[in-house]
Amino acid sequence: MQFTPDDLTAIRLSLTLAALVTALLLLIGTPIAWWLATTRSRLRNVISAVVALPIVLPPSVLGFYLLIGMGPEGPVGKLTEALGIGTLPFTFGGLVVASVIYSLPFVVQPIQNAMEALGRRPLEVAATLRAGPWDRFLNVVLPQSRPGLLTAAVLGFAHTIGEFGVVLMIGGNIPGETRVVSVQIYDHVEALSYGNAHALSLAMLVFSFLVLLLMYTLHPRAVFSAGVHPR
Amino acid sequence: MSTIRASFNLDFADFTLDAELELPCQGVSVLFGPSGSGKTTLLRCIAGLERPANGELHFNGDTWQAGKTFLPAHKRPVGYVFQEASLFSHLSARGNLDFAVKRAPARDKPIAFEQAVELLGIGHLLERRPEQLSGGERQRVAIARALLIQPRLLLMDEPLAALDQRRKQEILPYLERLKRELELPIIYVSHSADEVARLADYLVGLEAGRVVAAGPLAETLSRLDSPLHLGEDAGVVLEGLVLAREGKWNLVRVHFNGGELWVRDNGYRIGSQLRVRILARDISLAGQRHTDTSILNILPATVDSIASDEDTGQALVRLRVGNSLLVSRVTRRSAHALGLREGQPIWAQVKSVAVI
Repeated sequence: MQFTPDDLTAIRLSLTLAALVTALLLLIGTPIAWWLATTRSRLRNVISAVVALPIVLPPSVLGFYLLIGMGPEGPVGKLTEALGIGTLPFTFGGLVVASVIYSLPFVVQPIQNAMEALGRRPLEVAATLRAGPWDRFLNVVLPQSRPGLLTAAVLGFAHTIGEFGVVLMIGGNIPGETRVVSVQIYDHVEALSYGNAHALSLAMLVFSFLVLLLMYTLHPRAVFSAGVHPR
Repeated sequence: MSTIRASFNLDFADFTLDAELELPCQGVSVLFGPSGSGKTTLLRCIAGLERPANGELHFNGDTWQAGKTFLPAHKRPVGYVFQEASLFSHLSARGNLDFAVKRAPARDKPIAFEQAVELLGIGHLLERRPEQLSGGERQRVAIARALLIQPRLLLMDEPLAALDQRRKQEILPYLERLKRELELPIIYVSHSADEVARLADYLVGLEAGRVVAAGPLAETLSRLDSPLHLGEDAGVVLEGLVLAREGKWNLVRVHFNGGELWVRDNGYRIGSQLRVRILARDISLAGQRHTDTSILNILPATVDSIASDEDTGQALVRLRVGNSLLVSRVTRRSAHALGLREGQPIWAQVKSVAVI
């Protein structure tokens, strides 16, 4: 059991993709989670449902619409072409966009849960200590939601590493560009090189286990500790 | 005199606040009433944590709310102490204090860090995290934090309510020091007659979202038609000055505005100020001055007014002693037997005087 040079390329690609996507997810997911946790807007349920869609949709359906949408005839495709980026399907960029959408619920939900658990009180306390809205968000909400943010980062990373269907639909199978580990395993199996498939599969298995172990170890020393807690 | 003028109108599903009041911009004003009377909501309106559609709030000439003007909570120069410990759990005690220090107005800092720490006696707790502090200690850190934001008005929402009796007794002296040593107006929400007696200078009674009584403490407590429903706690509070010590009997003589009282000597300094509380049930009345009695404090008084107590068999009698007012509760039968009427001279026999 040994990794081929192609395997190593795939591993590197998977890790790069997951790291980039996790960073983007935290940037995008945190404000969405905050909005969902605090808004009284009637749009809340609609947005919640949209964010959660990737959990229930088959990856092929999601991948199909992304392919259409980002293709030369799709609205996103037209936009990216007009901007001179070209179309996104079958590129690393396309994979990043698709992964962000695909893993969004796994990041938004833990953050949202942590923020909802905070309740109004810490924010009111901060307001009476002259902290404005931004100050409250950065210096009270974020640090107090840390367990949720950590969980979100781990889940987002792991989920991106583990995706397969969407990649296949949108990215095809271009070595060094879109051929990530899960696709590489698929290729090995197609080519009946079970030994190679096994090496990579075992690596994924061990990796996934370690990630989850890490999460359960790090995981929330209680969100409600002695200080601030909701009424 | 500078004042805080407020009027709020706020509708919740199950509760309406409709309050109008004017408070002095000095000393401790207590908002007093049973739970559900709207005292916390009123305090939150003053802090800017609630936004009543109809409301007006002027602090010492500054407008915090009027018509469309609404200063959000983080722009009001108030400190707020919440009912339960409200320390940020991600910061140490010192971190919590620094949170306030960093956000206090840059120029005007009358309360130094060391002073706040010393005043609340929390010097040895600074490096601890909130979960390593007792309830009382957390509340002291929270009070110090509220002071370090350099407020011009301190709002306290039943800061002792979540604590047991012993912890309350542990914190009350700190609150009294705060009151003595800082020239900071305090609005204090409470449903405890004890806290009112110890801390209040000005008393506002609330019931079902309305102000039912408001005035200086002595005046409000001596009202016979008092809507405060103090029951067994009915009584007055007098400010006194320790005149002399009678070492032999372990007593001190305390002068108040209208006479003198013997009080048990707990080591008070001569010349120091104290507050004594005399409950209505502890004053009995006599037509003549008795000398063959164990009662130490017998004061010449005149009957100011008489009213029936809530308990129908009883009468409340307001007495004038010099410039002070006392309230006595006697049975209506006794009132009849003594032929009590307004203006009548009478002896007030004070069975017990509590220094608070």
